[in-house]
Amino acid sequence: MATAENKLAFDGGWGYDPAPESTDHIEIKSRYGLFINGEFVKPEMGKYFDTVNPATEERLSRIADASQADVDKAVAAARAAYRGPWGRMKPAERGKYIYRISRIIQERAREFSVIESLDGGKPIRESRDIDVPLAAAHFFYYAGWADKLDYAFPGRRAKSLGVAGQIIPWNFPLLMASWKIAPALACGNTVVLKPAETTPLTALKLAEVIADAGLPPGVVNIVTGAGATGAAIVEHPGVDKVAFTGSTNVGRMIQKKLAGTNKKYTLELGGKAANIIFADAAIDQAVEGIVNGIFFNQGHVCCAGSRLFVQESVADEVIAKLKDRMETLIVGDPMDKNTDIGAINSSMQLEKIRSYLKIGKSEGGEMHQSSCSLPKKGYWCRPTIFTGVSQSSRVVQEEIFGPVLAIQTFRRYDEALVKANNTPYGLSGGIWTDKGSKIFKMTQDLRAGVVWANTFNKFDPTSPFGGYKESGVGREGGLHGLDAYVKLGA
Amino acid sequence: MASKRIAVAKTYKIYIGGKFPRTESGRYFTLEDKKGKVIANMCRGSRKDFRNAVVAARNAQTGWAKTSAYLRGQILYRIAEMLEGRREQFIAELKLQGATQRAAETEVDLSIDRLIYFAGWTDKYQQIFSAVNPVSSSHFNFSVLEPTGVVSILAPDDTSLLGLIANVAPAIAGGNTCVVLASESKPLSAVSFAEVLHASDVPGGVVNILTGFRAELTEHFASHMDVNAVIYCDGSKAVAKTVQVLAADNIKRVIARNQVDWSGDAENPYLIRDTQEVKTTWHPIGV
Amino acid sequence: MALSAVKKSVRLPDLSNVPSVDEVGVDERVARFQSRSIKKSSKVEALKLILSMIDLTTLEGQDTPGKVRQLCQKAIHLHDAMPGLPHVAAVCVYPTMVSVARKALAGHDINIASVATAFPSGMSTLQVKLDDTRMAVKAGATEIDMVISRGRFLAGDYRYVFDEIVAVKEACGDAHLKVILETGELGTLDQVRRASVLAMHAGADFIKTSTGKIQPAATMQVTLTMLQAIRDFYRDTGKMIGMKPAGGISTSKLAIHYLVMLHETLGNAWMTPEWFRFGASSLANDVLMQLMKQSTGVYQSADYFSKD
Repeated sequence: MATAENKLAFDGGWGYDPAPESTDHIEIKSRYGLFINGEFVKPEMGKYFDTVNPATEERLSRIADASQADVDKAVAAARAAYRGPWGRMKPAERGKYIYRISRIIQERAREFSVIESLDGGKPIRESRDIDVPLAAAHFFYYAGWADKLDYAFPGRRAKSLGVAGQIIPWNFPLLMASWKIAPALACGNTVVLKPAETTPLTALKLAEVIADAGLPPGVVNIVTGAGATGAAIVEHPGVDKVAFTGSTNVGRMIQKKLAGTNKKYTLELGGKAANIIFADAAIDQAVEGIVNGIFFNQGHVCCAGSRLFVQESVADEVIAKLKDRMETLIVGDPMDKNTDIGAINSSMQLEKIRSYLKIGKSEGGEMHQSSCSLPKKGYWCRPTIFTGVSQSSRVVQEEIFGPVLAIQTFRRYDEALVKANNTPYGLSGGIWTDKGSKIFKMTQDLRAGVVWANTFNKFDPTSPFGGYKESGVGREGGLHGLDAYVKLGA
Repeated sequence: MASKRIAVAKTYKIYIGGKFPRTESGRYFTLEDKKGKVIANMCRGSRKDFRNAVVAARNAQTGWAKTSAYLRGQILYRIAEMLEGRREQFIAELKLQGATQRAAETEVDLSIDRLIYFAGWTDKYQQIFSAVNPVSSSHFNFSVLEPTGVVSILAPDDTSLLGLIANVAPAIAGGNTCVVLASESKPLSAVSFAEVLHASDVPGGVVNILTGFRAELTEHFASHMDVNAVIYCDGSKAVAKTVQVLAADNIKRVIARNQVDWSGDAENPYLIRDTQEVKTTWHPIGV
Repeated sequence: MALSAVKKSVRLPDLSNVPSVDEVGVDERVARFQSRSIKKSSKVEALKLILSMIDLTTLEGQDTPGKVRQLCQKAIHLHDAMPGLPHVAAVCVYPTMVSVARKALAGHDINIASVATAFPSGMSTLQVKLDDTRMAVKAGATEIDMVISRGRFLAGDYRYVFDEIVAVKEACGDAHLKVILETGELGTLDQVRRASVLAMHAGADFIKTSTGKIQPAATMQVTLTMLQAIRDFYRDTGKMIGMKPAGGISTSKLAIHYLVMLHETLGNAWMTPEWFRFGASSLANDVLMQLMKQSTGVYQSADYFSKD
């Protein structure tokens, strides 16, 4: 039997010296305007806000706060480009521009990863190995669709929609920009995109790339700002399509605001994914999947595996191994190549996570955190798990969007299934078992748009992503992601 | 002298969970022909009838979704067979509600053919719309369609039989269950169609049909938290807005079908796809 | 009850309970170890640790006493130009060379490991294998590297493989027993895990990946699988088992990745030559070159480091 004496020790002894990614080749301007009609312009009202490095709490740059007048200008520029050069361009030529964007991102990959980590707090390993390569791949994938749309919709002709208004979140700033912009352009639309106010820098760098790629002015416009700017885009009569990624509450508001208009919309909203471990799983890989599921990107992931269900016969083993694994996670400076968990994106988000830690404890959950030390400045949260919680606990029901895992046990397949589906969300789910037929049954029975079987948190440009139920409407990525940006005619 | 035989008049009821109850509200509305003669007293369905219908639809949903595509196709085909057998009755009812002989015949024939059309799609749309996705990592990745779930349908008012079938058939062909509000001005065919469904191996609860007032029921069709998608036909701008605002409470899929020529361009698998979700599964490839 | 309690430590375990291993998941975990960036003092510390964990090896048909003596010299004098270097953990030779090595290493705290049991194929009778083992121990081997009968294992004859290890362990006397699974012949990580569990229950002090005669030899994937088996065995029994990847580890960078993997899988207690070895013939010089580079800042040439 496993005993307390047989515990492994990971602290003390050999450790890793800091291995910081160099930042000296990075240029961040002290101030950024709005990218409208192919150039950076000052905001009409002259207002700016700070974007802060969440690991140091230091200001990185001042960012233009777009007002209604600025959004008007951006939509007008997008409309003109749609009516003009972009709308008239041969699809194959359109595709070549999108290919160029992909190539330039690859060339400037290091710069993008560094800025992504500085601005958003995610570990450089993730921005370098995941966010930036996937962003380039996404543009590359959709570039090729531009002149092949007739093959995507058998029996129908796909036509562009017009101006797409796009609002993206702070958890994968560049990647979400690519998820939005690439298919929109491939389908012949023009774009007004608003990055999140805490992470605008890589979108503004992307604006530079788009300018360098020589896209006609107005095809892509990037306006920065907070909720009011987003609302101005959503409600703008010149916008034909709204694409939003963010919380379910804001998504709901947007759906209501769009009521009665003919605007098409896609929504990628919240989630509270079940990650289900059966006793016959490859346990060590399952533990790794749990870690990837909840601690990837500080848990700032809508499809995070935030509800863990472990079959009772292996629950002690899985939890013990998970605790060991948590001890080896390095929390700290996002710029350090060895960091596994970076900074929480903002003080606001940290407050929210902390409030859930309190709630979890007050609900009777047993909280366990890794023993790592945290930097003095900046926003941090240790990897955290709750055991002894149940379906009725708020930490089980509500999306925390942080490195916080709620663990429950189950005995039988149907018990796991019922609990997994017992949520208004339906974005993703995980299942771990060595039995093929069980995988296929679970993947059929889970009411979720993405099912990871014996893996978790995998993304690819060819793979559609999106939710059932309150997790959203529509898909992004793959063949199915084209749908969001076309209307189908006979 | 033998007395003249009195015809047995039909009581038009609603259809919930494979049964024909009267509305729980006890209310009715009178359907008259052009000359003002009473044709029937129709059930004026209530929000509670709708609620009961959604429960029936939810209970039937998992089983219907798991019914094999082949069998769903056979059942849709069976509906068409039953409808064909009662062709004259449906023509007569449409005429009773104001259609010409020719228009009535056309509508019934198109309705039968529409069922055959979607019967043939049940085991094919998946092949058209699913995908194996060539991801870069060592994973097998595929996307399939799955029914959205329970669909509420505000059927078109004008083409009371064809319009209803043209909306119901693609929804159930794709494994959804539905609750339909029949044409308010011409509700007879819907109730008779329910009788056809009842005789066609369609499991109870897969299709539920209410009659009643659109103005009264629309908000419930749009707002119910256990409905996954709402289809509305020929809604005014105000109706569209109401439906969309209320649907947002649980992020329902909202499908607007305005000014559709149900006798023309309404035969395509995209009508099935409207009430489908794309599910993508990943699995490692290794030994 | 009393009987089973006594026999518990040498009972063939139910291998159907051994957890399965997902190859792609292992690949992903290994990629994470490889993405660790080990710099500055942590690198120097790692390099020195690696030197101290090396089983300096020569296992060739052409081995002669002369060759073995040269190898032993190298084991003692890794690179005298650099003061403060550790010596390797052991030299590893064929049984007939053990006495040569013992003489050459006299007075030095370096272990003498000998392969045995009809190395590398293991295709002989138990009696021959036991004689082979006893001869090596008698000649002065302090560690025995045996091979398992892979054919028997793959045929499902776990009892035979188990009993053979138990017998060899007994023949070892005080010498440490390293059990070579020859993972390159086992086919899957599932089999590697099963063989690890079997070997540990049968009394292995170390489990070792490979003979070096079969490709692939040691891989990080295989080694991770074995480390995880060791960890579970420790959890269940409280008994620490050592690990020796062998063959194919010839660069410092790769060896450091192995250390990272060891560190994050088994923790500090295993980070010593007592519990972890590298079976390698050419690794030492690459480590020495890296150490020299760390201290001088100048990239090195192999011409300045003795081959043996």
